[in-house]
Amino acid sequence: MSQSVKYRSANRGAFGGFDKLLLLAVGGLLVMGTLLVYAGTREWFRSYGLDPEYYLKRHSLNIIIGGLLAYGTTLIDYRLLRAYTPIVWLAAVIGLVIVLIPGFGTEINGARAWISLPGGFQLQPAELAKIAIIVGMSMVLADREQTDKDPTDLDVVKALAIAAVPILLIVAQPDLGTVLIISAAVVAMIGASGAPARWVVGLLLAAIVGVFAAVQTGAVSQYQVARLQSFVDPSADPQATGYQLRQSRITIGSGGFLGKGLFEGPQTNGRFVPEQQTDFIFTVAGEELGFVGSSLILALYSLLFIRAFSICRRSSDLFGRLVCIGVIAWFAFQTFENIGMTMGLMPMTGVPLPFLSYGGSSMFANLIGVGLLQNVHARSR
Amino acid sequence: MFALFGRLFYLQILESDKYQDAAISIQSRDVVTPAVRGAITDINGVPMVVDLPGLVVLINRIELDKQQDKGVSVLSKVANLFGLEYSDIYQRTRLCGELPRDNRAGCWNGTRYQPIPLIGNASQDLALRIMENADLYTGVEVQSVPIRSYPSLENENVAHVLGYVGAVTDEDLKNPEVNYYRNEVVGKSGLEVQYNQFLRGTPGVRTFLVNRKEVVTKQNKNIQAIAGNNLITNIDAKLQAGVEKSLAAAVQRARASGFRGDSGAAIVLEIKTGRVLAMASYPTYDPTIWQKGLTVKQAQDLFSETKGVPALSRPLQGLFAPASTFKAISVVAAADAGYSLNTSYNCPAFVEIGTRTFKNFGSVGAGRIPLDLGLAISCDSLWYQMAYDEWVRDGGLRPKSSPSDYFFKAAKAFSIGVLTGIDLPSELKGRLPDRQWKQNWYEQNKDFYCNYKDRAKKADLTPYLIEIARENCLDGDKIRAGDAVNFSIGQGDTLVTPLRLAQIYAAIANDGVYYKPQVARAIVDVDGKIVKEFKPEIADTIKIEQSTWDFLHRGLRMVVTKGTAAGVFAGFPVEVSGKTGTAQVFGRNPNGSPKDDTSWFAGYGPTADPQYAVVMMVSQGGFGASTSGLGVRNIFETLFGVTGGRVDPEKAIFPNGVPTTIAKIDLKKVAKKVDLTKVNGGGVKKK
Repeated sequence: MSQSVKYRSANRGAFGGFDKLLLLAVGGLLVMGTLLVYAGTREWFRSYGLDPEYYLKRHSLNIIIGGLLAYGTTLIDYRLLRAYTPIVWLAAVIGLVIVLIPGFGTEINGARAWISLPGGFQLQPAELAKIAIIVGMSMVLADREQTDKDPTDLDVVKALAIAAVPILLIVAQPDLGTVLIISAAVVAMIGASGAPARWVVGLLLAAIVGVFAAVQTGAVSQYQVARLQSFVDPSADPQATGYQLRQSRITIGSGGFLGKGLFEGPQTNGRFVPEQQTDFIFTVAGEELGFVGSSLILALYSLLFIRAFSICRRSSDLFGRLVCIGVIAWFAFQTFENIGMTMGLMPMTGVPLPFLSYGGSSMFANLIGVGLLQNVHARSR
Repeated sequence: MFALFGRLFYLQILESDKYQDAAISIQSRDVVTPAVRGAITDINGVPMVVDLPGLVVLINRIELDKQQDKGVSVLSKVANLFGLEYSDIYQRTRLCGELPRDNRAGCWNGTRYQPIPLIGNASQDLALRIMENADLYTGVEVQSVPIRSYPSLENENVAHVLGYVGAVTDEDLKNPEVNYYRNEVVGKSGLEVQYNQFLRGTPGVRTFLVNRKEVVTKQNKNIQAIAGNNLITNIDAKLQAGVEKSLAAAVQRARASGFRGDSGAAIVLEIKTGRVLAMASYPTYDPTIWQKGLTVKQAQDLFSETKGVPALSRPLQGLFAPASTFKAISVVAAADAGYSLNTSYNCPAFVEIGTRTFKNFGSVGAGRIPLDLGLAISCDSLWYQMAYDEWVRDGGLRPKSSPSDYFFKAAKAFSIGVLTGIDLPSELKGRLPDRQWKQNWYEQNKDFYCNYKDRAKKADLTPYLIEIARENCLDGDKIRAGDAVNFSIGQGDTLVTPLRLAQIYAAIANDGVYYKPQVARAIVDVDGKIVKEFKPEIADTIKIEQSTWDFLHRGLRMVVTKGTAAGVFAGFPVEVSGKTGTAQVFGRNPNGSPKDDTSWFAGYGPTADPQYAVVMMVSQGGFGASTSGLGVRNIFETLFGVTGGRVDPEKAIFPNGVPTTIAKIDLKKVAKKVDLTKVNGGGVKKK
């Protein structure tokens, strides 16, 4: 079995062994994202007398780097992943520790999530941690597959330990959005692994209690409580978080059926929505491309998830299936959270929109995730 | 995914219009240029208030609050520059809500986001000093704006009739019917508020699209301001000036005779139309203070008791007992009750009713006299007897189920206790103390009177007051003999405004045709085209025997020829009629002294073909004849052009009668003729 996989990996053409529809969906999202990042920043930079193509260039560069990383991921031998994963996990944990050290970590919007690098680049270790957790947990949970046994309680505890270390470090930043996304992936993977059902129920309960306790005890900072409150009542703080949510909804709503046309959105060009090239990139689509363009984006995501799910189903082993489930849960939850937030369905948590938002670390992680899916696909029956 | 699709559909298809509007309001900024407000002119088109261009110094509170010392240094520089008190400027640049409730005079009743006008009419020199040193005066702005100006071409004041304008309030902005803008001025009182919708015009609006940094990206639309329409009134500026002068002189005369003379009113109505030709209130104030920027002291003075509350418009807000001027109505009641108007009645020195003695005025009797002479010399006691007899006939303290109430009915026929409906805001309606009123009054007060010893202040526990309280508790809900008697001579609880009395005498002169008093004559646009004309309106017609009107005309003429006003009208070359009134006032002044009598004179003329009804009232003015009677004579002199006991038709206000056509206005001529700095610096003319 593993021989045949190796054979397919070694002998395929450039895209021969890939799931082409998945590739199409990701490619389509990347193209739209590039246009939207450009549209969302062009007039803004021009009004400051800066290079209007600044973000366009950097975003394109991110996609190229991310694409190479993804391609690299598809080439890695399945068995070698076992060797690399502890290194990636350790790197992520070290990165997550470094961001918490004043002087190294950069605080943006109340969260210490970034490491500043020379040349204005910033790294977000939490994104890397998503990969490390998904692959690491899959390895532990799939360990007993050869003996045809489901994971034992001890395996689940081990898997949870792999996730818990980075999660606790991310809680300390604090970056609640990423924690929620990773938690969703963790629960989904444990559920799919065949582990005792009490774990799934228990984890879901723990998540609910945890969020409630975090807000009550003040472990979650005031700024995050404010964000949550402004979701419940957008007029509570009209100038800060409520303002963003209100502006975001108005911007999307004002797009109407056909939109104002690419580069023609007055809300976007007037820069009324803060952080529009990152967390609020969907509002650019909403205003300039309207219902038609926004629906196209949702359709591309749907296609991506459908294809990814089909890869899971066709996966030949538990490891592949778990990696695949983890990545889908991550993408789907993050997409829903982000778009839901821009439309006022979800509270504001500050997570980027996969494949569309500007941001290096997130783009790299997303594309590596796609690489993992393609890798599983290559091994599938 | 379905949730996201659904939400997207909701936002972009179902609710799209709402969000489109919201987006436009976020992106666009309106720059509003207030329209030139319409002028208010007199009956001949002479402007009494007009917008003229001037320089205004404004304070931007947002800018001041950003400064480290909250604008203290900037404001003190402004105070120095204009020679004003810092504390005054401080107070005037505070929002009313920022100040303690008892110290709000002069406060800014707009919002923080509106520039606060501080100096209404700055000289070019001083304005330039601010503009050239903008860095020293951060938060201080100079703007060229239209200023409400009062040319006072005939030396008229007219402050109470014209009213004033001020910044829009949040209330105004919430008004769903009119779309006001923040930097507009709106009418606050008088004609300015009554006809605001016509005077206001339409503000010009330029809409700009801006980005988040408020940088203008493009101009979207540009709507030019449309100047407001002009209001032509029935006031004659020259007559108004004369009336104001006569009223002020009457008040001075009262004071010279040792009366307090705290306030007064004078009105001239055209009898056959109800037009208000002049209407004066004393004390008055300088109408330009609003535009120059009201100082704290000026604001306090306007409502100060010791200054006589100049803000009150006495002709329609002053309520006084009509006293003997009411006897004209008692004549109507007597005729209705079947008393002959052509026989003689006893006019004793006093009449005893129950345990109380009601004295004739001056405690002297006149014996048996014809009723017209009784009216002329203002005999009280003949009315006491008549009113008492009628009260007894109606059942006294155990009234019949449907009493005749001739006196109340006559007063009601003359609309005492209701509004005249004059086209000015805040009119008070007076009081007709009939049986129903008495009943209501008792319901509200019986607790106080029936527990007087517990409720009243220590100082009020005199045997006399305790006795009154006991009586009030016992039968305060009934019209008592004393009430009926007092009512017949216009005393007691009856209250009228001077305007109502003027209307009553106009109706008497006009055989009962009652016109609604009307200040506005027409609204005309800037080209002189008539937008709206205010035609005379008959409010009511009092239907009684013609012989009663004839009797009243004869009797009221006798007042002036051989009655109480014969002295002050001696040698007057035009035949006029009228009635004096001297009303007793219960109550005390702030310093504890008992209040002096209210002095009234209500008249009309010429007697043979009555044109004008003239009423003057001086509160605490003493006798009717010497204070107000002479005042009305002075007004008639102005009206008919009387000098040195002779009529000079050339000098009459309306040599050819009150104009029947609507005047043409030439504001350009006025603007040229008027030096703005003098206009606004002038103030109330001292005479």
